Amino acid sequence: MADQARVGVVERTVPLTDANTRMIDLRKRPRIGESLIQIILFICGFISIFTTLGIVFVLGRESLLFFAHPEVSLVEFVTKTVWQPAIDEFGILPLVNATLMTSLIAMLVAVPLGLGAAIYLSEYASERARSILKPLLEILAGVPTVVYGYFALTFVTPLLRNAFGKDVVQIYNVASAGIVVGILIMPLIATLSEDALSSVPSALRQAAFGLGATKFETAVQVVVPAALSGVIAACIVAMSRAIGETMVVALAAGASPNFTFNPFLPAETMTGHIARISGGDLSYGSIDYDSIFAIGLVLFFITLILNILSRWIVNRFREVYD
Amino acid sequence: MTTTNPATMSAERFALETRNMHIYYSAFRAVKDVSFGVERNKITALIGPSGCGKSTVLRSFNRMNDLVPGARVEGDVLFRGQNLYAPDVDAVQVRRRIGMVFQKPNPFPKSIYDNIAFGPKINGWKGNKGEMDELVERSLRGASLWDDVKDKLQQSGLSLSGGQQQRLCIARALAVEPEIILMDEPCSALDPISTLRIEELMFELRQHYTIVIVTHNMQQAARASDYTAFFLMDADRAGQLVEYDHTEQIFQNPKDSRTEQYISGRFG
Ligand SMILES: Nc1ncnc2c1ncn2[C@@H]1O[C@H](COP(=O)(O)OP(=O)(O)OP(=O)(O)O)[C@@H](O)[C@H]1O
Ligand SMILES: [Mg+2]
Repeated sequence: MADQARVGVVERTVPLTDANTRMIDLRKRPRIGESLIQIILFICGFISIFTTLGIVFVLGRESLLFFAHPEVSLVEFVTKTVWQPAIDEFGILPLVNATLMTSLIAMLVAVPLGLGAAIYLSEYASERARSILKPLLEILAGVPTVVYGYFALTFVTPLLRNAFGKDVVQIYNVASAGIVVGILIMPLIATLSEDALSSVPSALRQAAFGLGATKFETAVQVVVPAALSGVIAACIVAMSRAIGETMVVALAAGASPNFTFNPFLPAETMTGHIARISGGDLSYGSIDYDSIFAIGLVLFFITLILNILSRWIVNRFREVYD
Repeated sequence: MTTTNPATMSAERFALETRNMHIYYSAFRAVKDVSFGVERNKITALIGPSGCGKSTVLRSFNRMNDLVPGARVEGDVLFRGQNLYAPDVDAVQVRRRIGMVFQKPNPFPKSIYDNIAFGPKINGWKGNKGEMDELVERSLRGASLWDDVKDKLQQSGLSLSGGQQQRLCIARALAVEPEIILMDEPCSALDPISTLRIEELMFELRQHYTIVIVTHNMQQAARASDYTAFFLMDADRAGQLVEYDHTEQIFQNPKDSRTEQYISGRFG
C-alpha cells in the first residue's frame, strides 16, 4: 500500500523525460556458460546411469552363457540347496542364505550401535566430545576390510568359541563374520543417521522440552521419527554395504557352501564364493567362470529389491517436517 | 531498579515471582536485577525493544534457558513458594507445570491427535483410548480448534494453516494441564484475524491459567493484557525492568518517561 502510494507520487512529480520512456531491452540473452554447465551436469548424470546399465548388461549377457550350459537349469539354480560345481550342482540358495545371514547379523549389531552413537552425538554430546568422536568414527570407517577380516578370525572367533564352546562354534563361522561386518558398517549408520538427526529443526526439540519431555523422550519420540527417512536411508546404504562385503566373509566365514541356519557353522556367501573361485585359475568360458556372473546378477537383484522395499517403507512412514 | 509492583506482595496472589533475578549467557549479563510478581489468572505482557531480554526472562520461567549452553540464572524465581532454580528442582517437572508456546508454530510432524497426546503420554498419563479421545477433544476445544479439525484428527499437524498450527500448539500445551502458559510472540507469524482469535482465546484461558506473553505489538499488549512489564537495556546492554503496572496505567499514565517514550513510539 505504502509503496504503491509512493510510486504514484513519483509518477506525478517526475516529468516524462527521455530516460523514463526509452525502451528497455527485455529480450532473451544467450547464456553460453549456463547451457554449457547444464550439458556437463547432464553428462555426469548420464554416465552414472549408463555405467549401471552397462553392468546389468554385462552381468545379464554372461549369465545367459551360464544358463546355456547343458548342466545348468534355471529352476534348479533358484531352488536347489547344493552348490558343488565339481559335481555339476548349481543351487544358489546356500550362497544366498549365507549372505542374508551375515547381513542380518551385521544389521543386528550395527543398527542399535550406530543409531545409539548417532543419537548420542547429535542429542547428548558436548561440542568437544563431538569434535573428537566424529573423526574417530570416520577413521573406523577407513580401516581396510582385510584388517577387519583378521580381527574376526583372530579376535571375535576365539571369543565366541570360548563363550559357547569349541565344539559348538567352528573356526570358520557365519556369526563371527556377521558381527565384524556389523562393526564395519556401524560408522556408516552412525554418521549418516547423525546428519539426519541433527538436521531436524531445533524448534521441534524445544516444543518437546516445553511439554516436559526428557532428553531421551525427545530424542526417541520426536527427533528420530522426524529424521526417520534419513535414518532408514542410512540403514539401506549400510545393508547394501553388508551384502556386498567380501573380504571379511571370505576370511572368517569359511569356504564351504553349506546350507545351514546355524550361525556357528561355516558357510560361504555369494561375494565370498566369487572371490574364492576367481582367485584360482579360471579359464574363460568355463562353467565356473560363467557362474560368477549369474551370482553377481542375483546379488544385484537382491540389493535392488531391498532398495525398492525400503524406499516404499520410507514413503509410507516418514514424518515430513518442513 | 527495584520493584514497582502495583499492590502488596503476597505469595498467594502471584503465580510466579522473581526476586533480584540476573540472567547471564556465559560472561554476558543479558538481564539485570529483575523483581516482579506475575498475577494469578491474569495476562501479563512483557514489552520492550528488541534484545532487551524479554524472551530470556520468559524462558527463565520454565527453565528453558537450561538448554542454552552457558546460560545461568541468579536470584530467585518463585513458583508456589519454591525457587525454580534450587538445586533439587527438576526442570522436566517445572516444564510440565509451566508450558510454553513459541513464536513460530512448531507442531510435531505427527497427526493432530498425536500432537495433543504426546504431552500427556510422556508425563505418565494412565488412561484408556476413550479417555485420551476426550482429553484430545477437550484440549482442542480449549484452543478453539476443535471445529476446524474434528474431521481430520489423523492428518498431519503440518497440514493446518499457520494460525491453526499455533492454536494446535496451544492445545498441545493445554493437554498437559499446566498452571501457567508462557507465550513468546505467539502471533508474530500470523495474520490479523488469526491474531484476534488467539487473543480471544487468551481471554478465555485466563479463567483457568496464568498467561505471560511477550509481544512487540503495542496494540496487542494494550488490548489483550491485564498487566504490562516494560523492559529496556542499560548502557551495558543488560535488560532491566523499567516499569510494571496495570496495562491501563502503563499505556495511559506511565510513571517513567522512558516508558512513555517507548509506547508512543519515540524510541526503541
Ligand atoms: N542463546 C543465546 N546465547 C547468547 N546470548 C543470547 C542468547 N539468546 C539471547 N542472547 C542475548 O541476550 C540478550 C537478550 O535476548 P532476548 O532474546 O531475550 O531478547 P528479546 O527481548 O526477546 O528480543 P526480541 O524482541 O528481538 O525477541 C540479547 O543481547 C541477545 O543477544
Ligand atoms: Mg524474543
